[in-house]
Amino acid sequence: MKEETPLWEVFIRPRNGLAHRHVGSVHAADAVLALDAARDVYTRRGEGNSIWVVPSAAITASDPAHADETFDPTADKIYRHPTFYDIPEDVGHM
Amino acid sequence: MYSQGLIGADGRTEESEAFLEAFQKRIDAEEKIEPKDAMPEGYRRTLIRQIGQHAHSEIVGMLPEGNWITRAPSLKRKAALLAKVQDEGGHGLYLYAAAETLGVSREQMTEELHSGKAKYSSIFNYPTLSWADIGAIGWLVDGAAIMNQIPLCRCSFGPYARAMIRICKEESFHQRQGYEIMLTLCRGTPEQKEMAQDALNRFWWPALMMFGPHDKDSAHSEQSMKWKIKRFSNDQLRQKFIDATVPQAEYLGLTVPDPDLRWDPELNDGKGGYRHGEIDWDEFWRVVKGDGVMNRDRIAARRKAWEEGAWVREAALAHAAKREGRRAAAE
Repeated sequence: MKEETPLWEVFIRPRNGLAHRHVGSVHAADAVLALDAARDVYTRRGEGNSIWVVPSAAITASDPAHADETFDPTADKIYRHPTFYDIPEDVGHM
Repeated sequence: MYSQGLIGADGRTEESEAFLEAFQKRIDAEEKIEPKDAMPEGYRRTLIRQIGQHAHSEIVGMLPEGNWITRAPSLKRKAALLAKVQDEGGHGLYLYAAAETLGVSREQMTEELHSGKAKYSSIFNYPTLSWADIGAIGWLVDGAAIMNQIPLCRCSFGPYARAMIRICKEESFHQRQGYEIMLTLCRGTPEQKEMAQDALNRFWWPALMMFGPHDKDSAHSEQSMKWKIKRFSNDQLRQKFIDATVPQAEYLGLTVPDPDLRWDPELNDGKGGYRHGEIDWDEFWRVVKGDGVMNRDRIAARRKAWEEGAWVREAALAHAAKREGRRAAAE
């Protein structure tokens, strides 16, 4: 089998004011072709006004097998949430 | 069409009971499974097979309709058909990308389609003989595909479900443009109406076959339902399709080519539904196994496109390597 065409992750911003959001991926030899392919594949009906393409190989992801150690400590720090603190009702909205 | 993706699927697993049970618990809790999550090999294999074959169906599905682009009867019809065929290509690409997250390469999937190892929906092995066939395909084939695909939007595998949501949004235009073609023909001359009837005659039974074999003959359905890859059985979806489509045929003034078709108020838990005649399963298996009218042409067309496009892929990679080399040298 010949060399495989690299994979790119595609992010699209639906309109100004919103963040770019992952929508899928495309294969392309380089960044210019990846942008063209992403435009054809993911924006046929006005889905956005800006596209990012990122080589899939450049993404480092957290390991789902370590999700417990990685994310659990946030659950027991309830003092990070506003409802942890008692404020008398008389004070009004805060 | 996508129930057919399960034919020959191998859902066996060798993992420990505890692992399988923990996985099933996640599924039962309606948690989505994402690509890097631990999953049974059988789940992965079943999905690679089903999503791959679904993608192949979209890509091969471009061929019967592409056949009529140059001969569309008006500029409006041509523009719509071009857009529809382009959508099918896009759908194939979303789905290939979803399958690739499971560790299979695009080249591998393409290879399996070309060698005949991977299947695609049997419906695309029927020829498109007249312009009315383009109407019948949009109305019936895309209609059946929508029935199948809407429950897949809730599939337990995240990337497949997300791809299906995009696809379903776009598919509705396909069905409506097909029905509108049928409606125009049925309101036209007697010859035009006859063309529409002829297309319905040829596509009705193959459209029913798109839902895959009878539940009792669908060996891998049960495991797929348990894993929430499938949400409804083949026969349930087929029944839904028939119930929705028969009144649409009546509106067109066309006759569904099934002498045994009749309304039964007892069906669907007393809500009523249509009983249909026996499906020719010999024909179904013959076409699935490669002996349909168009099987050889379809694969030959895909191979030709792949082989004649090879120089473009190679040139693009060579150009990218050259530019990268220059950039590195300049630094």
